[in-house]
Amino acid sequence: MTSWQNNRVARDARIVAGAGLARGKVVEAHDVTRLLEAVIRPGDRVCLEGDNQKQADLLSHALLAVDLSKVNDLHMVQSGVVLPEHLDLFDRGVAKRLDYAYSGPQSARIARMLFGGKIELGAIHTYLELFARYFIDLTPHVALIAAVSADREGNLYTGPNTEDTPTVVEATAFKDGVVIAQVNEIVDTVPRVDIPADRVHFIVKADKPFFVEPLFTRDPAAITEGQILTAMLAIKGIYAPYGVQRLNHGIGFSTAAIELLLPTFGERLGLKGRIATHFALNPHPALIPAIESGWVRQIHSFGSEVGMDDYIQARSDVYFTGPDGSLRSNRAFCQTAGLYACDMFIGSTLQIDLQGNSSTITTSRIAGFGGAPNMGADARGRRHPSEPWLKAGAEADPDSPAPLRRGRKLVVQIGETFGDKNVPLFVEKLDAIELAEKLKLELAPVMIYGDDVTHIVTEEGVANLLLCRTAQEREQAIRGVAGYTDVGRRRDRGMVARLRERGVIRRPEDLGINPLDADRSLLAARSIKDLVRWSGGLYAPPSKFRNW
Amino acid sequence: MTAPLKDVTPAERARSTSFYEASARTRLELLLDAGSLIEFIGPEQREVSPHLKIFDLPEQFDDGIVVGHGRLDGSLVFVAAQEGRFMGGAFGEVHGAKLTGLLRAAREIGTIPVLILFDTGGVRLQEANAGELAIAEIMRAVMEARSAGVKVIGLIGGRSGCYGGGGLIAGCCSALAVSEPGRIAVSGPEVIETNRGVEEFDSRDRALVWRTMGGKHRRLLGAADVFADDNVQDFREAALELLGLVGPFGLDRLKAEQERLAGRLRSFGACGDAVDIWTAEGIADSQAVPELPADQFIALANRIGRTSRDAR
Amino acid sequence: MEDLSFRHPVRARASGARQSAIVGVVASGNLEVLVERVLPDAECAVDIKTAAVGFGEVWSAVIGDFVERYSPGGLRFSINDGGARPDTVSLRLAQAVRLIAENGQ
Repeated sequence: MTSWQNNRVARDARIVAGAGLARGKVVEAHDVTRLLEAVIRPGDRVCLEGDNQKQADLLSHALLAVDLSKVNDLHMVQSGVVLPEHLDLFDRGVAKRLDYAYSGPQSARIARMLFGGKIELGAIHTYLELFARYFIDLTPHVALIAAVSADREGNLYTGPNTEDTPTVVEATAFKDGVVIAQVNEIVDTVPRVDIPADRVHFIVKADKPFFVEPLFTRDPAAITEGQILTAMLAIKGIYAPYGVQRLNHGIGFSTAAIELLLPTFGERLGLKGRIATHFALNPHPALIPAIESGWVRQIHSFGSEVGMDDYIQARSDVYFTGPDGSLRSNRAFCQTAGLYACDMFIGSTLQIDLQGNSSTITTSRIAGFGGAPNMGADARGRRHPSEPWLKAGAEADPDSPAPLRRGRKLVVQIGETFGDKNVPLFVEKLDAIELAEKLKLELAPVMIYGDDVTHIVTEEGVANLLLCRTAQEREQAIRGVAGYTDVGRRRDRGMVARLRERGVIRRPEDLGINPLDADRSLLAARSIKDLVRWSGGLYAPPSKFRNW
Repeated sequence: MTAPLKDVTPAERARSTSFYEASARTRLELLLDAGSLIEFIGPEQREVSPHLKIFDLPEQFDDGIVVGHGRLDGSLVFVAAQEGRFMGGAFGEVHGAKLTGLLRAAREIGTIPVLILFDTGGVRLQEANAGELAIAEIMRAVMEARSAGVKVIGLIGGRSGCYGGGGLIAGCCSALAVSEPGRIAVSGPEVIETNRGVEEFDSRDRALVWRTMGGKHRRLLGAADVFADDNVQDFREAALELLGLVGPFGLDRLKAEQERLAGRLRSFGACGDAVDIWTAEGIADSQAVPELPADQFIALANRIGRTSRDAR
Repeated sequence: MEDLSFRHPVRARASGARQSAIVGVVASGNLEVLVERVLPDAECAVDIKTAAVGFGEVWSAVIGDFVERYSPGGLRFSINDGGARPDTVSLRLAQAVRLIAENGQ
């Protein structure tokens, strides 16, 4: 007779195997490796919670220590490959195959291991893609997650860094998988229930809080005059004319400069309330002055940021918070919000080619995609109109009848023509293509495709690619803002001049901006200490950002 | 856009300019009466380091220090300002000679005070012997100038702090003003960690670095006499205040200072952390000191009193 | 280190009365520009000592655009460069021209 509940039976058997090590659901930290050996089967798909920020570090250590005769050849499905242990698993043979999204801190080592054949790569995803595949063909058998606290029934409080946890648990628990959580503490009552107990099978109290890195803190002291100029061009050349209210910012210094110019330069342009009111954004400390000046109405966050907890709690009108008062982030929902409900993405990249394709991958570093491609892509499924979306659509396609014309999301790449160590931002050929050839990938890892990019902003000016009518115009528009890079110096001067007359390229002087006015005194905060002051003492920066 | 500069008074400009961020030349221009700065051996004379080209390193036309004279509230002062961004404000041969010469000129005249705007990591490694000699010459020149009746005031609030030989020279001055980001010490955090281990001093724990070497602690310990907020106008006012306070210099003063330092060691020698010292000094909420805004901190420091005036 | 030197004929004399001015600082990614009013009105000179070797073509393009745009006749620019990017170089040159155009010594 055909059985239709094999998976449920198998899941129950795993739980029974682990239950011997548990009192109720609670397993002692020194028994965790034995728990994992009891619950995990060779070849399982395992999500070892590796988010963008928080890391299930205790469970990583425990998994790395398993007896290889019991646990081996795992297929890791996790968004972040962040800790050294995440890759040690492959060196040791605990894991064999990998599907992931982001590997920032491990970008050099993961590149070496991929070239060396140590890792069998499924694919590098965007966050939303990987989450989507959790529900289709990459559903975890076992999820190893991290939370702040649990009660004895297994209700979890994930705290401000909820991040991926609800998505991972949803896919695992409702498809006959096992969920094991490490928590910082076990309490009588959790501050709020982020994950209900019936989705959690085992809990382990870690001896120290899970690891979380401040990733979005940009010290205003390091913002340069060039970044300020570029930020001024973006505000006056893009935010203002399109009236962009709903948006996502990248995490670089150029967008931090924009955040710090809103209450000064933006205020003087009379833009308050007209731009930058609703964000899909992590809690960037650099946005504090704009929030305190009344610019920002609402922010939904992918994750949190170290030191921002008290500030967020005190500004619940702006952030999403739970009944306990603390931030509730959620990467899957925020990515969806960024894709469908934002009219603009603006962020930096490492390389842009002549078609406008961009990539953060170099031949020795594979940082993955994270969420930028979801933010930096036109959502073809979008149907609700907004002023910036319609205006961008009309610029791209002036001849179609308005009722049938698609709008366009503004996808803006911002950066200086030369990056660190004088490496040019603009290239004839992306390193990503070379990497794809070396690794025999079917797709080059392009962060944002050229046909999604609508504007490029550098200190040389703003290029509006929506107004380009031919591939040649597009190439010259890009060369026209590429400054003194090889790509820039090879521009067709006559054609660039004509593009400028048409407003496809707008120089600082075309926007009424004098580069000599791009001064650090324009920044609403010039130091981390200034941000603390703006926050009324609520922002508590980590020690590494202090100079007091 | 920004208001034209002519509509802003010099004091307003100095108040809105961060001392920490400003260049050496800007600090002097805003510290002194407007337009009064006259530079000695300015950049157009191109007195550059004779050593850096051997190491294939770029030179700076003023070798990282501006020396000259100007007026402070109408009175003549000699000034020197180190540029902390050029080679960490380090002392090289030319850099040191410019300051030595300035101090000797002050000694000869005897009545014009000297303001030294420190911003230095110490001796320039590429000019080791010349740099060490310069430190010794400057220390001697400071003491000789003071013995001749010259007031020598140190102002400390730059990126590179006041370390190494700079810390020694600062210790020879008549009085010091410091801001919160300013740091004063001889051995830097990394040097201590390298020599004594991370358990002794974790140089990456910046909160520890600042509460051990930073401006607030130096003020509370009596090593600095006045605490300035991080803007040039506050340093100008601090310099004026100190010039009014400094008394004559002689052996009895040195003996009194030695007594004060011995007492300090007796009182605080067993403390393991700056916070313990602040508690021992009678500060109720000593943990909160690093977070205090400048005005509240100054009120607190004044309550504790000024413990050093003429030597340290 | 690499030494570079550029001489350009210039349309007009730079405005202002100051004899010299200095902007910037020699640090990683930064530079100092010393400008002096010492040349005939129709000439301009730029002398560079740079820590970044092999960027002569880029310097030539940056200086060419600068002279075209600001017409700095009579000025000699002396640069100590710690490996600044072209946009920083352009900015410092423009700041130097603005400073020497002010009234003063």
